[in-house]
Amino acid sequence: MNFLDSKIPAGPLAEKWTKYKAEQKLVNPANKRKLDIIVIGTGLAGASAAASFGELGFNVKVFCIQDSPRRAHSIAAQGGINAAKNYPNDGDSVQRLFNDTIKGGDYRAREANVYRLAEVSNSIIDQCVAQGVPFARDYSGLLANRSFGGAQVSRTFYARGQTGQQLLLGAYGALSKEIEKGTVKMYPRREMMDLVVVDGRARGVIVRNLVTGELERYSAHAVVIASGGYGRVFYLSTNAMSSNGSAIWQCYKKGACMANPCFTQIHPTCIPVHGDYQSKLTLMSESLRNDGRIWVPKDAEKARLLREGKIKATDIPEDERDYYLERRYPSFGNLVPRDVASRAAKERCDAGYGVNNTGRAVYLDFKEAIQRLGKQAVEEKYGNLFEMYERIVDENPYVTPMMIYPAVHYTMGGLWVDYELQTTVKGLFAAGEVNFSDHGANRLGASALMQGLSDGYFVLPYTMQNYLADQINEKPLDENLPQFEEAELAVRQRITRILSINGDIVTDNIHRRLGRIMWEKVGMSRTEQSLKEAIEEIKALRKEFWTRVKVPNVEGMNTELEKALRVADFLEMGELIARDALMRNESCGGHFREEYQTPDGEAQRDDEHYAFVAAYEFQGVDNEPILHKEELKFENVELKQRNYK
Amino acid sequence: MNIKLKIWRQRNATSKGKFVEYQLNDVPAEASFLEMLDILNEQLVLKGEDPVTFDHDCREGICGACGLYINGHPHGRFKNTTTCQLHMRKFKDGDTITVEPWRSEAFPIIKDLMVDRSALDKLIQAGGYISVHTGGVPDANAIPINKHNADLAMDAASCIGCGACVAACKNGSAMLFVGAKVSQFALLPQGQVESADRVQKMVARMDALGFGSCSNTYACQAECPKGISVTNIARMNRQFLAAKIAEPIKK
Repeated sequence: MNFLDSKIPAGPLAEKWTKYKAEQKLVNPANKRKLDIIVIGTGLAGASAAASFGELGFNVKVFCIQDSPRRAHSIAAQGGINAAKNYPNDGDSVQRLFNDTIKGGDYRAREANVYRLAEVSNSIIDQCVAQGVPFARDYSGLLANRSFGGAQVSRTFYARGQTGQQLLLGAYGALSKEIEKGTVKMYPRREMMDLVVVDGRARGVIVRNLVTGELERYSAHAVVIASGGYGRVFYLSTNAMSSNGSAIWQCYKKGACMANPCFTQIHPTCIPVHGDYQSKLTLMSESLRNDGRIWVPKDAEKARLLREGKIKATDIPEDERDYYLERRYPSFGNLVPRDVASRAAKERCDAGYGVNNTGRAVYLDFKEAIQRLGKQAVEEKYGNLFEMYERIVDENPYVTPMMIYPAVHYTMGGLWVDYELQTTVKGLFAAGEVNFSDHGANRLGASALMQGLSDGYFVLPYTMQNYLADQINEKPLDENLPQFEEAELAVRQRITRILSINGDIVTDNIHRRLGRIMWEKVGMSRTEQSLKEAIEEIKALRKEFWTRVKVPNVEGMNTELEKALRVADFLEMGELIARDALMRNESCGGHFREEYQTPDGEAQRDDEHYAFVAAYEFQGVDNEPILHKEELKFENVELKQRNYK
Repeated sequence: MNIKLKIWRQRNATSKGKFVEYQLNDVPAEASFLEMLDILNEQLVLKGEDPVTFDHDCREGICGACGLYINGHPHGRFKNTTTCQLHMRKFKDGDTITVEPWRSEAFPIIKDLMVDRSALDKLIQAGGYISVHTGGVPDANAIPINKHNADLAMDAASCIGCGACVAACKNGSAMLFVGAKVSQFALLPQGQVESADRVQKMVARMDALGFGSCSNTYACQAECPKGISVTNIARMNRQFLAAKIAEPIKK
């Protein structure tokens, strides 16, 4: 048997999930009460999964890093959530959503998973409306839709520019209901420190109580990791400050394979970087590309004057503006997928047409939309985003075009999972951004929310039962087993080691430098040379961390220690990302290797050699991991060069 | 710019706290308030001192984690602004800035500027949801909802749960927080089924958790970073009264 058994059900694509559900094992209500499930993270995937498990009757223990489950970073998603409802009657269908997602992911996602995602998308919208999520509506009282990048239909449901917030609060409500009922026990301000594996199965976790600093042990029959993506390996990103890759990394070190780690998404519309002390970047929703037009000056000299502040954007007449996305991609225009839009912005800036004092920005202009729709209509659609922009940049985007630049936003890669969302460690499941399965090499806008809720509400409640049906005779584990002792001891030693360095540089300093290496050498475009350099530089930086970092040794709450533990993991993860990017001698989606491009600068895939999922098996921090390959079979779509022209 | 900070420092929930003064120089005007604290903390760590602990996460004004009392106002004195969205350009060179944690009986201090707001979660657990379970719900377009009401529900649902309303209130009341959640569902047909139960349970929980009552100063509305309106409190009061008369729940 292949090491990576994807367990894709047999039969036609459209019938696989139905067939799976009809044939899977179930757990009867009396047995459900005897089974414990641990969920790490309370974002869309974690909260929806935990609530659904609780409703089914399992005992659920949920952990989150923040003070409340409502603060998970799903809350910051702005633009919307996709579904194949076809309410606008514009030609959408499950099949089309599937096609768009596979194509958008540049043919590096697993067909069966993507089809299931498209299939359950409609149920998600029904569920959220029933929970009281106040989606945007038109005057008929029915739900409104808008379009997003990579699609020619309007299939995105939204709640102003706060869709993630509203969906998360819906899931948080469902979770709160189960907490009140007692089926779910909530543990806030806890961070997962290690996975406990007993006889080859995930059976518990070690967490750190962030308030007391104590380590705690919890056992269960299964563990779900839903702790989000690892974009903060780049330091600057649109992720929240506490977003991290450590839960993923501990699982990787305990035997779960890490898949396609180099597939990271650089979002095209973020507020540009302004200074060294900057802690994070702010996204401007992709929905802005519905009405905003992206441009730079046609004349590089004018761009220079703009950079030097000698002229203003509004001084550039219409015929001197280069609407480069509309020029290069006439059929999708400003709504090309994220990877394409990001690279095009970088290309223009590299060529000397960038604006802002840094030269690292392009314009996103609403002048035409304001003329066409009126200021009020624009304000109604995007008001809160415009306000947010003005707050940060101190410029009024109704008058002066916005400046945007790409920033790290999402990680398509993650823990390898089979069709059941189970990792290579039995009983360890991964949901939402943590897993790799649905977005291939590039995620389409408004698909992250869809996937998180799909995994939590409609996939895991089924597949988890199929696993737990075989566990009904297992008693809850004793948390004093040697496996728990050893795991806790290892964490304790790691903490002691960090605290004892007492060096001369702060964690953020090293994190910032890691971010700079990642962004410059493993970022929007990569070369064999840049990646090789990055691997060496990361190794050196890791050494520096373990000899020079200074973390205050205080009892109880120690936020610097939290950061240091996360950065220690990022320093290992960054190397794996670079290795994966170096291995993949092709360009696809968000992974762009300069050596592999078409004559007109588009990503050049190599389907003959690289149509596989790269899954890495840990072999020790200083050893190369083993690469396992899951061949991707495309039986329902034809592999084509993506064309958005 | 150069500023002087007066920051509340408190080792843990049981110890006694005090103001400590810090001089911070060369703060970039574009930095956010929290980035300014990052700069301070970096200096403290290098000096071998314990950095200032505060809650923060998304740093884009939506997660509700941050919340500092700045110069006597929750999230500072600027309208519709969370602490993380406040930029140093709003201050002047040479300013003294006083930074305190949320002060409310329902929010005990954990450390320095970080407080325990789990009482807000407990309020939601009392009934701040529609009790549907996953699956088996009607089609999303089965029930049309008047756009005006849907928009008002969205206004109410915009609450980020930061607790500024409680911190701003001289009574430490959570009426705006609860009113917003009750209103969101009161305005939607899906919320009607449980509305009488919901409002009574949430109000009862509010009292049990030690939140004060409302004396209509509207400080909550004035300080809410999301501009949640006190009309939501009025709507909750109407709901509560109607429910008490028509469908009182058993104690």
